[in-house]
Amino acid sequence: MFENLSQRLQDVFANLTGKGRLSDADVDAAMREIRLALLEADVNFKVVKEFVSRVRERAVGADVAKSLTPGQMVVRIVLEEMTELLGGTDARLVFTGRIPGIVMLVGLQGSGKTTATAKLANRLRREGKRPLMIACDIYRPAAIDQLEALGRELDIPVFRGDGNDAVAIAKAGVKEAIAQMRDVVIVDTAGRLHVDEEMMTEAARIKEALRPDQILMVVDAMTGQDAVTAADAFAKRVDFDAVIVTKLDGDARGGAALSVKQVTGKPIMYAGVGEKLDALEQFHPDRMAKRILGMGDVVSLIEKAAETADTEVSEEMEERLRRAEFTFDDFLTQLRQVKKMGGLGSMLKMLPGAGQLKGLDDAEIDERQLDRVEAIIQSMTAAERANPKVLNGSRRERIANGAGVTVYDVNQLIKQFQQAKKLMKQFQSAGGGKGKRGKFRLPGGMQPPF
Amino acid sequence: MVTPWYKRVSEGLGKSRERLEGQLNVLLRKGPDLDDEFWEDLEDTLVGADIGATAVTEIVDRLRDSAARKALPDAAAVLDHLAAELAEEFPGDAQDPFAVGPVVVLVVGVNGTGKTTTIGKLATEAVRNGRSVLLGSGDTFRAAAVEQLDIWAERAGVPVVRRERGADPAAVAFDTVKQANETRPDLTIIDTAGRLHTSADLMRELQKVQRIAQRESVAPVKSVLVLDATTGQNGLSQAREFHTALDLDALVLTKLDGTARGGIAVAIVRELGVPIVRIGVGEGVDDLKPFVPAEFARALVGRG
Repeated sequence: MFENLSQRLQDVFANLTGKGRLSDADVDAAMREIRLALLEADVNFKVVKEFVSRVRERAVGADVAKSLTPGQMVVRIVLEEMTELLGGTDARLVFTGRIPGIVMLVGLQGSGKTTATAKLANRLRREGKRPLMIACDIYRPAAIDQLEALGRELDIPVFRGDGNDAVAIAKAGVKEAIAQMRDVVIVDTAGRLHVDEEMMTEAARIKEALRPDQILMVVDAMTGQDAVTAADAFAKRVDFDAVIVTKLDGDARGGAALSVKQVTGKPIMYAGVGEKLDALEQFHPDRMAKRILGMGDVVSLIEKAAETADTEVSEEMEERLRRAEFTFDDFLTQLRQVKKMGGLGSMLKMLPGAGQLKGLDDAEIDERQLDRVEAIIQSMTAAERANPKVLNGSRRERIANGAGVTVYDVNQLIKQFQQAKKLMKQFQSAGGGKGKRGKFRLPGGMQPPF
Repeated sequence: MVTPWYKRVSEGLGKSRERLEGQLNVLLRKGPDLDDEFWEDLEDTLVGADIGATAVTEIVDRLRDSAARKALPDAAAVLDHLAAELAEEFPGDAQDPFAVGPVVVLVVGVNGTGKTTTIGKLATEAVRNGRSVLLGSGDTFRAAAVEQLDIWAERAGVPVVRRERGADPAAVAFDTVKQANETRPDLTIIDTAGRLHTSADLMRELQKVQRIAQRESVAPVKSVLVLDATTGQNGLSQAREFHTALDLDALVLTKLDGTARGGIAVAIVRELGVPIVRIGVGEGVDDLKPFVPAEFARALVGRG
């Protein structure tokens, strides 16, 4: 199965010379690929139709810029259109100024509302607010306990009312927030099906009673074609303001995000990207567009690297690479940076086409392997690290003993090191010129060692 | 004569059917003309049911072919034919791992599909059928997951083996199986934390849970994936990864009482051959039903 729309389109246009205008037939072939890619990404089929016709309009007769192949040209149009559809600028929470500000979360069962409530409270506290969470899910067994436990973990207060009236609990919660001098409350509600009349009425009544500053709908990134039906129903009954997309740390393309945005017109505000309680990020339309199209999230990766990598170290490393003086010490430094960035696994997931690297998943992205490599390098003397050529049989045996591994492991590492070094030389001589690879260089000349 | 459970299934599936029928009636009204527009609309309808663009193209091509060969007279005949074909995609001799004991069943899946709720319903159902049940609280990660299972166990009146939050789930599996070996319940179900199939570490953790259960258990150990019917194409990736890790014995398809039709199950069964044994059609304790291929397939194409 194809992973990458750019690759697909490159293939469609492979026979084109790259000069002049795109013909109807060329565009037709390209649109078929785009349609399929979007459907595979779970974008709703009606949204796909509209989208494809919009892209077609722009693509037919478009002048192919000199620097781009026709495939790249269409990809650019697709990306631009999709980024715009996903919401141009970054959406932010808006408070009216009333204290406490009120944010209410709604959504289907299992979309991740309770976790999102805790993550949002954590985020708002980081931004200087004093949040309180209100547990209004009186239906799911232990849902209130769950929010309470998360509150304890974060040291953020949770209001749990008595009884079986969610509206009364919500109101009492706001009073409690005022008493505790909290300036923002986040209301967790029960998961409900959009076809459940009674439950939708309850959500509307909570809204009526609290008049929240913002209502956010929580949408699971793995949702399929039906996302639009649910979102549309919630938009009509409780009229939410924006969307939180959850479970984006998996491999779902998240086409549901585009569908929901398109059908309801509501912006996507946050993205849930992990199990930890700080894993709620501002939503970036451009990155999401690339993800839906299977083009990887290179920008996030670079940002992550920038956050964690020590720039001075990187610059020095680049310089050394240029002079091809790569040693085991550098190897170790890189390894540690990789670990700081969340390990190879999380990095690879963000790379374009990483879905194709199936085998890497369990075999080679073994984080413990990184630990072993670290142990081996640390068992080398400074001289050995600087000049691996001196590593003869007895030295290798000593290193293996020191690191608690076999000589075979040491040999493997040395081999990998030499390959990495060779690879880097090639990258240097390629000079970032042609092809997809040349364009993309990890910051600090970093290249995963395996 | 319609049995009560059947009615509930029909009602549950009915909600999804109503909408689909709205779409398909448009198809049906087109009358005898099976023109290009008909086939295109049918394709859209099936894609809209989450069957997946690639599978749909294949299905519709084949259907077009047999419609011509068998001279199917109209849209209704085509849809009936399609339902019959889809029903055949599901293995007919599916073994329900929850039905024959003693057995230990590991319930797995991504976050939020309804694992704990499904276990609660299964325990209740088994107790009503006069069977003894033991539950293991293997979701030691999510806050209050243990409490959630406790509440279900209390309602059903069955014992639960548990450890504190953050404990090794394999240790919970060990304790549960050990107790099952002594008390010999008909059905032992071990809950596990929801996890994304892309997390290699968490999948390994799950393999360890299975390994320990298999090593210690006197009764056979089965693994069942709980899949949310609202899931799109990612469901295939989920099922594939869980199947690779655990060699799944069966699927449970939940949340069919909404408007989602769970078409991804077709793609999963086609590729992996793992049978669906139960469907969830509501929040009530009685809303977990046996999976009937013909019924599901007819509902899927709006001919239920």
